[in-house]
Amino acid sequence: MAITHPLIKSTDGKQALAATFAKDGPPPITVKNLTMAYGSFVLMKDINFTVNHGDIFIIMGGSGSGKSTLLRHMLGLIEPAKGEVLYGDFNFTKGEPEQREEMLRHFGVLYQGGALWSSMTLAENVGLPLGEFTDLTGAEIREVAALKLALVGLKGFEGYYPSQISGGMQKRAGLARAIALDPEILFFDEPSAGLDPISSRLLDDLILELRDNLGATVVVVTHELASIFAIGSNSVFLDAESKTMIAHGDPKDLLAHSTDQRVRTFLTRGGEDNKTEKSARDHG
Amino acid sequence: MQAQKQTPPNNELSFARADNSTLVVRIAGDWHLRHGLPSGDLVAKQLDTAPKPTRLTFDAADLRDWDSGLLTFLIGVSELCHKRNLPADWSPLPEGVRSLVQLAEAVPEKTGARHEASHSSFIEELGHEAISYAQSLDDFLRFLGEVTIAFARMPFGKARFRRVDLMIVIQDCGARAFGIVTLVTFLVGVILAFEGAVQLQQFGAAIFVADLVGIAMSRDMGAMMAAIIMAGRTGAAFAAQLGSMKVTQEIDALTTMGISPLEFLVLPRVLALVLMMPLLCIYSDCLGVAGGAFVSATMLHIPLGTYLRETQAAVTLTDIFGGVFKAAVYGIIIAVSGCLRGFQCGNSSSAVGDAATEAVVTGVVYVIVACGIFAFIFNVIGI
Repeated sequence: MAITHPLIKSTDGKQALAATFAKDGPPPITVKNLTMAYGSFVLMKDINFTVNHGDIFIIMGGSGSGKSTLLRHMLGLIEPAKGEVLYGDFNFTKGEPEQREEMLRHFGVLYQGGALWSSMTLAENVGLPLGEFTDLTGAEIREVAALKLALVGLKGFEGYYPSQISGGMQKRAGLARAIALDPEILFFDEPSAGLDPISSRLLDDLILELRDNLGATVVVVTHELASIFAIGSNSVFLDAESKTMIAHGDPKDLLAHSTDQRVRTFLTRGGEDNKTEKSARDHG
Repeated sequence: MQAQKQTPPNNELSFARADNSTLVVRIAGDWHLRHGLPSGDLVAKQLDTAPKPTRLTFDAADLRDWDSGLLTFLIGVSELCHKRNLPADWSPLPEGVRSLVQLAEAVPEKTGARHEASHSSFIEELGHEAISYAQSLDDFLRFLGEVTIAFARMPFGKARFRRVDLMIVIQDCGARAFGIVTLVTFLVGVILAFEGAVQLQQFGAAIFVADLVGIAMSRDMGAMMAAIIMAGRTGAAFAAQLGSMKVTQEIDALTTMGISPLEFLVLPRVLALVLMMPLLCIYSDCLGVAGGAFVSATMLHIPLGTYLRETQAAVTLTDIFGGVFKAAVYGIIIAVSGCLRGFQCGNSSSAVGDAATEAVVTGVVYVIVACGIFAFIFNVIGI
């Protein structure tokens, strides 16, 4: 069954990539034999994993392990040294630029700092993709933008500029922009970074809510254990020392069953098994 | 046991031999950074003195107060022991000192992490610089090509940018630049007229100051001065704007939304400067002539009407349109340089400053190179 996107108009009049994210089709994301390198310096190699429909997929690992770099490879912001990234059947790494561009419209990305366009109001930030990729009128765009902002708890802030709101609000506004086109896949880069524990928990709840209600597949880069156990249903663990992934699966299963000391040390904050397991139980 | 005192009284360091095989490092007094640190060479010398010790220990019974100064010294001692594979007994030291030394040594140095100092010869440096300049020109031409393709898509409605952004940039590099352009080009006219007047007066040809100023401003100086002002003012601003957008991932956000940053951010800026530079050039020409007229009226006592009639007779439409054409090309160069440096900006705040500086340098250099090329071409085709 092909999904027809509710909002996006196809640039060439064809629903070229619409079937890519069919629920009964192939997994929405497959990463095959990916090698990430800066020139001759290999950062990570042999990365292989699959993200299933409706997953909240966590990319985790210590600082400097290449989590955000992997995300940038998945988004096509960096070309892999080797290997490929597939969205459904579509080979994103080897795809034609026009097809890649069209595929990007099925994604929503929340960057670490929000990455809101500073010269535009929140409503304009959310409205820009709607104006570019839909046939909505100006008034309709304003309505949809207001709705998206209301969904993330920013009702009434439509006319504010990014510099006039707090860091947590900027993240939520970034999320509103990310979901502007009701994307099939949502990417989050360190969503909890710089947030207090309560705001962080609220953002986690929001991610769960959006996944359940929009039916999106979610990929999250984070090393916040509380978030990992609260929302993650699948994950990959990157290890900077061995320069590859060393675990793949549900984070709670990894905590319970992984025999790899590096994974256990990370998931237990260096050995505080009781506290972290309690946290996992509370969230799980 | 023999002991010898070797350091000032604040941090006292002395050595003793418990037996022939054990070196005792005695640490006494107050060990503070502000008092300076004893050299690790003193310990190294003791370790290498025959009979060479096979073990090292400490005596800290008289140690009073300490800070990072003591830790720095002890880390040095620890490294000396590691190098010589010499076991050390740290137990006589206070517990706080031991814990901090352990903490500092807990994570071993990562292999290859330390930058090796490299020394290259003058010829090598020269070669690197030459390659870097060639690469810079290559980047500029590639970027110019991409901008040209984006421009070609514009008439078919395939290039995306907000009209309001274009208007904002036009306002910024047009109307808001009037003040500085007025001041600078009026003064350039004054200087040209003044320098010309001093010479021409000697031949009783003072009226030709009008020709000098009019032709110089309309053919070259009007466009050139406007370009230099805009390279410093607007080219740098473009680089800083795009550079900071790169740092805050705003450009990534456009890319991942399927919106070309080149079309969305570069096209309005290039278009605005291409539209505004010819206008600024004509304005500069007028202000330069006004500057010349001011000097002529006050210093040479040439009536304004006479001065303007002489200017009108000297300056042809070809001169004016030649200058206007040059200004449009300079506009492209400045905008492309600014945007290119913005896109090439690194991911730190200092990189934004570097991008702005490089944008000005690139813009001014390429404008002057273009000016030279124009002079040659115009000469060949007889303009």
